Amino acid sequence: MKQTITVTINGKAYSHEVEPRLLLIHYLREVLGLTGPHVGCETSICGACTVAVDGRAVKSCTMFAVQADGRQVVTIEGLAADGALHPVQQAFWEQHGLQCGFCTPGMIMTSRQLLERNPSPTEAEIRHGLEGNLCRCTGYQHIVNAVKAAAQAGK
Amino acid sequence: MISQSFEYSAPRTLAEALALLAGGDAKVLAGGMSLIPMMKLRLAAPGRLVDLSRVPGLTGIREQGGALHIGAMTTHYEVESSAVLRAKCPLLAETASAIGDVQVRNMGTIGGSAAHADPAADYPAALLAVEAKVTLARKGGERTLAFSDFLIDTFTTALEPGEILTGVIVPVEPAGAGVSYQKMLQPASGFAIVGVAARVHNGSVRIGVTGLSGKAFRAAAAEKIFAETRDVQKAAAAVPLGVEANSDIHASADYRRHVAAVYAARALNAALSRAS
Amino acid sequence: MATTITKPDTLVGKRIKRKEDPRLITGTATYVDDIQMPGMHHACILRSPHAAARIRSINTHAAAGHPGVVAVFTGADVAGVGPVPCGASLPGLRVPHHSILAKDRVYFVGHPVAVVVARDRYIATDALDLIEVDYDVLPAVADPEKALAPGAPAVHPEWPDNIAFTYHQEGGEPDKAFAEAEVVVKQRITSQRLIPTAMETRGVVAEHRAGQLTIWSSTQIPHLMRTLVAMMLGVPENLLRVVTPEVGGGFGSKLNVYAEEALMGFVAMKIGKPVKWIESRRENYLCTIHGRGHVDYYEIAARKDGTVLGLKLKLIQDLGAYHQLLTPAIPTLSVLMMPGLYRFRNVSADIIGAFTNCVPTDAYRGAGRPEATHGVERMMDLLAVELKADPAEIRLKNFIGADEFPYATATGLSYDSGDYAKPLKKALDIVDYHHLRQEQARAKAAGRLMGVGLSTYGEICAFGPSPATPAGGWESATVKVEPTGKVTVMTGASPHGQGEETTFAQIAADELGVTMDDVTVIHGDTAVVQYGIGTFGSRGTAVGGPALYFAIQELKKKIVKFGAMLLDSDDVSFSGGLCVCNKSGKTVPLAAIAGASYRAMKLPAGEQPGMMATYFWEPPNFAFPFGAHIAVTEIDRDTGQVAIKRYVAVDDCGKIINPLLVDGQVHGGVVQGIGQALYEQAVYDDNGQLLTGELTDYAIPKASMVPWIESSHTETPSPVNPLGVKGVGEAGTIGCSPAVVNSVVDALSHLGVRHIDMPLTPERIWKLISAGGRA
Repeated sequence: MKQTITVTINGKAYSHEVEPRLLLIHYLREVLGLTGPHVGCETSICGACTVAVDGRAVKSCTMFAVQADGRQVVTIEGLAADGALHPVQQAFWEQHGLQCGFCTPGMIMTSRQLLERNPSPTEAEIRHGLEGNLCRCTGYQHIVNAVKAAAQAGK
Repeated sequence: MISQSFEYSAPRTLAEALALLAGGDAKVLAGGMSLIPMMKLRLAAPGRLVDLSRVPGLTGIREQGGALHIGAMTTHYEVESSAVLRAKCPLLAETASAIGDVQVRNMGTIGGSAAHADPAADYPAALLAVEAKVTLARKGGERTLAFSDFLIDTFTTALEPGEILTGVIVPVEPAGAGVSYQKMLQPASGFAIVGVAARVHNGSVRIGVTGLSGKAFRAAAAEKIFAETRDVQKAAAAVPLGVEANSDIHASADYRRHVAAVYAARALNAALSRAS
Repeated sequence: MATTITKPDTLVGKRIKRKEDPRLITGTATYVDDIQMPGMHHACILRSPHAAARIRSINTHAAAGHPGVVAVFTGADVAGVGPVPCGASLPGLRVPHHSILAKDRVYFVGHPVAVVVARDRYIATDALDLIEVDYDVLPAVADPEKALAPGAPAVHPEWPDNIAFTYHQEGGEPDKAFAEAEVVVKQRITSQRLIPTAMETRGVVAEHRAGQLTIWSSTQIPHLMRTLVAMMLGVPENLLRVVTPEVGGGFGSKLNVYAEEALMGFVAMKIGKPVKWIESRRENYLCTIHGRGHVDYYEIAARKDGTVLGLKLKLIQDLGAYHQLLTPAIPTLSVLMMPGLYRFRNVSADIIGAFTNCVPTDAYRGAGRPEATHGVERMMDLLAVELKADPAEIRLKNFIGADEFPYATATGLSYDSGDYAKPLKKALDIVDYHHLRQEQARAKAAGRLMGVGLSTYGEICAFGPSPATPAGGWESATVKVEPTGKVTVMTGASPHGQGEETTFAQIAADELGVTMDDVTVIHGDTAVVQYGIGTFGSRGTAVGGPALYFAIQELKKKIVKFGAMLLDSDDVSFSGGLCVCNKSGKTVPLAAIAGASYRAMKLPAGEQPGMMATYFWEPPNFAFPFGAHIAVTEIDRDTGQVAIKRYVAVDDCGKIINPLLVDGQVHGGVVQGIGQALYEQAVYDDNGQLLTGELTDYAIPKASMVPWIESSHTETPSPVNPLGVKGVGEAGTIGCSPAVVNSVVDALSHLGVRHIDMPLTPERIWKLISAGGRA
């Protein structure tokens, strides 16, 4: 049976009737038309679908939309404020932290969480902190540089 | 990968949750880190999900009577980062930090992990080593079970139909106890090929092992050898003895047994180095 | 860090951040699954759970009647659609008919059997469960050597020996060389099956409207796809448009035409509505091509002083059940590349292509060349061990000399340019090789297992001269100066992460004297861009770049003619965005010239209005990048785990357009090489079931599993093209795996270990250590 949910996405409240089995990623992408969070693996490994729910980075392919009822969701689309890129976005651009870009929204959302919890991470801490996000293009090195640069910019 | 249809309830009280669960073909949804993938693979198809995330009182960590009560819905991240746990039950915090990845730790819960009884999950090793208990609520009552009795077999626990695991109780570690969790990762999934939790105090040791066999277990023989000989290598070597080890594409039974002994020694040595 | 060639007056050579990125870092880029259209339906595909079976019957009745389902199609419905094409041709090649849906038999797990089209993907998924297929399960074979053994199940009943082709190539006098050799070393070396794992799976959207079929596909080759899908569907090619939106990685896996592209075209025409199919990760693992899949038997012949004389190879290629676009051609690239950087004058190679009940193999990053490099680099190390020689010395001794280019190899190639000792010496300096060996000796004395591994690789890039490729090896470019002076570049290459929107803008901006912001690079839409070949085989910049360069040179001729007319001078040159009269010094800017060319109030004699040029550039040769990689490893004696302590990569990819992007290519390539060396393997069981069917079981490297890569370069320009570029997309992958494996074998050699096959899992190494090297 469909249920009505109200979710605040990137600061704006939305209300929809959804099937309980509708995954949050599909709610964001197919109901709301967002294109930032991606489906990469469907098994909660790759992190391309990462969004923030009530401030916590989560994999939206492993969460039903009904679980997000009443919660605040932030996607990559919600990061840039007034046209200014978020420091993590800016750092990914400057440091060439992406190639095909498919993993990038999730990678940025997790990096943002990482820096919130640890503003001055070491290389090892960055690599460990990004274990839930796979990238097949960059070899991660420029991503590590990007997170370091964003940490610097945040100081 | 889309699950079959189901009904969804998010009760606001435990009584309501228990009532919903009594309705048959219902399953508790905690963090969903194991259940949702199983549903997406259509390996699980419950008729109803009872989401505990809105039931008050199931999260958080409080100290009471020399023990720490951890709500079942407390996330791995909350356990990992809890100042209380880091000080008073550091083995649990250390083990939580080894689970999955940050997104999984943000959603996954200690109760969900305990109740799922995945033979390669990290928590069970630590819960056995700290001699944790679990509280199980049922309509009109509650019981407390040692985690070692709760854990029955692969994906099988002592949870009765209609029961909900509401919390985990761990003793406050005495001063001078030393602990360590050492894990060899399955590189794709992040689960344990073998994980060993060791806790040393006053010359006695408790060893919890996960990943090696169909269920996590206490390595009693190894504990005994250590108590008698204080010989880490001898004790560690006894960890896999007589265990029917898992074998899969990631590690053969022989290799798992070998790694269990190696990691047991590492966990014991690390725990000893932290004990006083 | 990269050697930055600072050219203050040019953009080419500078570390410039990408023009592509703003849309990608804000989530506003459009990948196939982001396409939403009114009335769009979703397709899901039922796939065989068996590796070999006869289909007795298919009952789609319940699925077709499921609410929300609009159509179900099976093999019988698509009988009029042509087979999935194989573009490779070899003498005597057996080509199984590869229909887009199984007819009466399935040949691998994942073989498409039926397609369900429904209002949304949830309903389509549900309806898949309602299709009943009655299978008569047959014995299967999943290992190429077992497939070639007598009595093996026949993958295709018409060819009971499971041999798709045999291929022989030799150069010089290999038998004589081996007869005269003082040392012969032999080794069986495998390159395991790998799963490319682009982070975006494949996906197709198709729409048939007003007689025009449009297919959006996540592909590396939009134009080739248009031609081939038009042929499969029997639609006129000029009424088929293929659009490649943002592509989330390919690595060769999207250098193909798959059943689903034609199938979605078929469905769209049947239902009269747009249809979308998005591959699940499991489908991606079961049905999108795999890479590698070699069993190689090598023999190397040499003199006692270390001079190499000859190389022999018997190569068994696991083809899978079918030929995809280039499947049988891939191992022939291994043969071409087998001499590596060395003076092997006598070579012999025999390929046996074996059918197995598995998904086809095809081009995966490096495509045949990593296998060859792994082979020759392992053999050079084995020879060094045999002769108790230093692996660096034996390489330096046998390198083709810097003064020997162009160099004709025994396999028929002409290496364009090189100085192979240079990157090796640079890498040795970076690691301080002499001291490193001393450190290793100390580690050994202390009971630690430390290894140093070298790989000096060469590769065939810039694919390639048309006679050497199945569908044309040229590339095209159009450059337009719009009436306002803005520059539009249309490239036939179809980049998908490599960054040509940036590097081509650098080239165009330099050549035309405009800013990067003034240039837009368009690609990947057959309705907009002139015919092109695509991005693969490290060709995007190395073939597409020169095409652009020549198009601009053509355009400059026209610019100068219009400039001369506007300046009323017969002595005009163009530079820095201005036409200058060399007599009066008067100038006219490009924008004014372009504007005048479109207004066309007056035209230079014989000139057409407008400011546009198109160039189809046929490369006269491949380009041959090279380099040296060194891996320093330490093995955990207790568990067999490998830690890469240092990784040094010195690559020579010719002239560098953008060092930032080149570093990114090297890092990514190396990490895929580390993936092969240490972690990745597609595992099929004896019944042909894929045991690594998800990312929970197939381990691609995570950030925490790979080391810092110390990347640097030497720059030896290629004479093949005017930019001097060679290509860099595959270099890291090709150079890496032998460096890692040689390092680990080096760490274990005193225990009697001579060779280890990839992936170097802890268990595999532990077993070797436990058995004293004999396992």
